[in-house]
Amino acid sequence: MTRYIFWRLLTAVPTLVVVVTLTFFMMRVAPGGPFDQERALDPVIRANLERAYHLDLPLVQQYAIYLGNLARGDLGPSFTMPEFSVAELLAAGLPVSVRLGGWALVMALVLGGGLGVWAALRRNGWVDRLVVALATAGSTIPTFVVAPVFQLVFALSLRWLPVGGWEGGAFRNLIGPVICLMLPQLAVVARLMRSSMIEALHSHHIRTARALGLSELAVVLRHALRSALLPVVSYAGPAAAALMTGSVVVETIFSIPGVGRYFVDAALNRDYTVVMGAVVVLAVFTILFNLIVDIVYTIIDPRVRYD
Amino acid sequence: MTELDEMGTMPPLLSVEGLSIRYRGAGAPVLAVRDVSFHVNPGEIVAIVGESGSGKSQSMLAAMGLLPHNATAEGRIAFQGRDLLGMSRSDLRALRGSQMSMIFQEPMTSLDPLYRIGDQIMEPILRHQRIGRRAARARALEMLELVQMPEPERKMRAYPHELSGGQRQRVMIAMALANRPSLLIADEPTTALDVTIQAEIIALMRDLQRQNGMGVVFITHDLGLVRHIADRVYVMRAGEVVEQGATGALFSAPTHPYTRALLDAEPNGHKAPPAAGAPEILRTRALRVSFGSGRSRLEILHGIDLDLKAGETLGIVGESGSGKSTLARAILRLIDARGEIRFDGQDLTALSARALRPWRAQIQVVFQDPFGALSPHLSAGQIVTEGLLVHRPDLDAAARDRAAIAALEEVGLPGAARHRYIHEFSGGQRQRIAIARALILKPRLLVLDEPTSALDRMVQRQVIDLLRDLQARHGLAYVFVSHDLAVVRALADRVIVMKQGEVVEQGPVEQVLTAPRTPYARRLMAAAGLEDPGRVGSRQGHRS
Repeated sequence: MTRYIFWRLLTAVPTLVVVVTLTFFMMRVAPGGPFDQERALDPVIRANLERAYHLDLPLVQQYAIYLGNLARGDLGPSFTMPEFSVAELLAAGLPVSVRLGGWALVMALVLGGGLGVWAALRRNGWVDRLVVALATAGSTIPTFVVAPVFQLVFALSLRWLPVGGWEGGAFRNLIGPVICLMLPQLAVVARLMRSSMIEALHSHHIRTARALGLSELAVVLRHALRSALLPVVSYAGPAAAALMTGSVVVETIFSIPGVGRYFVDAALNRDYTVVMGAVVVLAVFTILFNLIVDIVYTIIDPRVRYD
Repeated sequence: MTELDEMGTMPPLLSVEGLSIRYRGAGAPVLAVRDVSFHVNPGEIVAIVGESGSGKSQSMLAAMGLLPHNATAEGRIAFQGRDLLGMSRSDLRALRGSQMSMIFQEPMTSLDPLYRIGDQIMEPILRHQRIGRRAARARALEMLELVQMPEPERKMRAYPHELSGGQRQRVMIAMALANRPSLLIADEPTTALDVTIQAEIIALMRDLQRQNGMGVVFITHDLGLVRHIADRVYVMRAGEVVEQGATGALFSAPTHPYTRALLDAEPNGHKAPPAAGAPEILRTRALRVSFGSGRSRLEILHGIDLDLKAGETLGIVGESGSGKSTLARAILRLIDARGEIRFDGQDLTALSARALRPWRAQIQVVFQDPFGALSPHLSAGQIVTEGLLVHRPDLDAAARDRAAIAALEEVGLPGAARHRYIHEFSGGQRQRIAIARALILKPRLLVLDEPTSALDRMVQRQVIDLLRDLQARHGLAYVFVSHDLAVVRALADRVIVMKQGEVVEQGPVEQVLTAPRTPYARRLMAAAGLEDPGRVGSRQGHRS
């Protein structure tokens, strides 16, 4: 197992190089650059800026310089926010986004999983219908509608919660953004859990467990839930990576200093180094969480072996 | 013993009176079981026979309280005088797995794949007995020894996927009997297993039944098995009990026409031998098949020699994993093989895929699974005529349509069936369509890979009759792969017995089946109850 994990981390390096390479060249193929603004810059200033950031060099050479810096852990300076390096931006924003996304993920898995199991056990009953309706609503109503309505009701009318802001991640400030970030995920998890639980409850070994007179709790928790978890676990990996790298909608609406906003701004402004930083972070998170999913798989299902 | 109990001194172990089972669905409720009554006395083995859909499993699932949610049972089911249908869920759970147990047909999927064997056997023990984990573990190990599991200590720590089908069924039996129930319900417990394993499991169950004095309900469609082990028999058809009685009496003088038809459906008769001087059509020499390469290379067939004449049937028998189906696939050139496959004098292994194509029309195949082998998206007519598109591009649509009608009529289906889709046909009808699809290309050799294994006995009988009839009419040669020796006996001229990719014995069908020379073949035939036809009737004597 240790060897497997080591090997997986080793193969992550070429994966990252491929991702970085593709992103690097695709960004440069897109028209425009970091210094294209509404008012044209003085050509001399522009030339100086481009020289300072190596943008005057041939593309391949720029690529080599970037890759060399990246290998040393240097993500470069931001082009549009010159007072910050990309590493500083990530250091400030990423913990915020990870915290927000982490809570949203945990809540979605616990609540969504619970609702899914409950619905499966009461199949075609009112609980089931309600959960299915909620799951459909959760995945169809977009966050940019849910979040302002949430603010309107709980912050502006009832005055229970702040409209936005982070304040060092105070509990009161977390509630709104976590709920809005969680809802679509909760909907997916509930639906996945419900259908895999229904399938698990129909399997032959559940009939065996019932025929042996096991309690309903043992049948549901020991025998059905464990095998029903597998599809939810495989969904949770990529979902975790997506949630923890920041949501532009939630972070903008609740004025939260996460990385999601930077990333979108950077892509629009051709802030090459910030975009590259964002891609590296997302790729690392995806690789990491998929590895965790594969390890959890071996714990849940003894038939899964990596040698 | 049986007679005495029926006099009424002791209440029956299980009594079912006026049981009806209704399924709610989209349309009107379906009556799956209609006013069924039977009983089981303590220490008695009762068989319930019938074809799929006759309601035999449903009745017993009702007794165990295991019917699906959309089914309701009416009537009375009493276990040791206690009403099961009106019982609370928790009282029923206390009975299940302790006083009454059930084992199922599907040994491969009936165990939880995520837990170790030992832990699974311990579960019902811990649930129903007031003992600690150490004692439960000891009892579980004791049970594994009782069901004659090889290496029981090691198997305690194994997971289900590390066990064979036979071993998994032993684990199921160990779990079911761990709390010494007085009633065991066995729903086709050996159907999914090889004949030799079947015989071992049946022997094991009989031993345990005698030791514990349990009552046993045996649900099966296998009449040979019923004759072998049951005291009394109930015959079910379309949700009703149509006949019942002591095993010997029922088999020697069945009164209901359905019972007679069922008994009659057991494969019998022999095939007429091929004409003298019939030309040789297939010959293989040193036929080898291997998968993988380098160190992980696995030899599946180690040099098979066989010959087949026009109008002749060669039966290929052996346990699962012996290489029967691989051999069939190699002859069809569906997998790569080395050695020689001569069809009508031409070595097929030497031909390119393109050069092979005209020969393919002459060698056709019918597979085991009538549900998986036919596309659900095509009509029966399209399925039957698909081969013509490749091999007879000269035919136009009207000619193909005429060919479809002729082919379907040849296998006993109306020509109008060509417009219908596969889901509208029964298993037996589907197998007829598969045969029509093979015949339309006017082949000279038909490879039949377990063509009747998925069918009920009575349907099986009709398909066998059809195959015999077609062979006589067209002088077809058959390579017939089957684990069902009774069917092989009815269809084959000669038989080869395979074991681990080699031919261990071959010869005329009667000789190999009734007087096998090698120990392996002898074990196989003994398990199928074929080695001496005179003994079948006297099996009853074993029990009392």
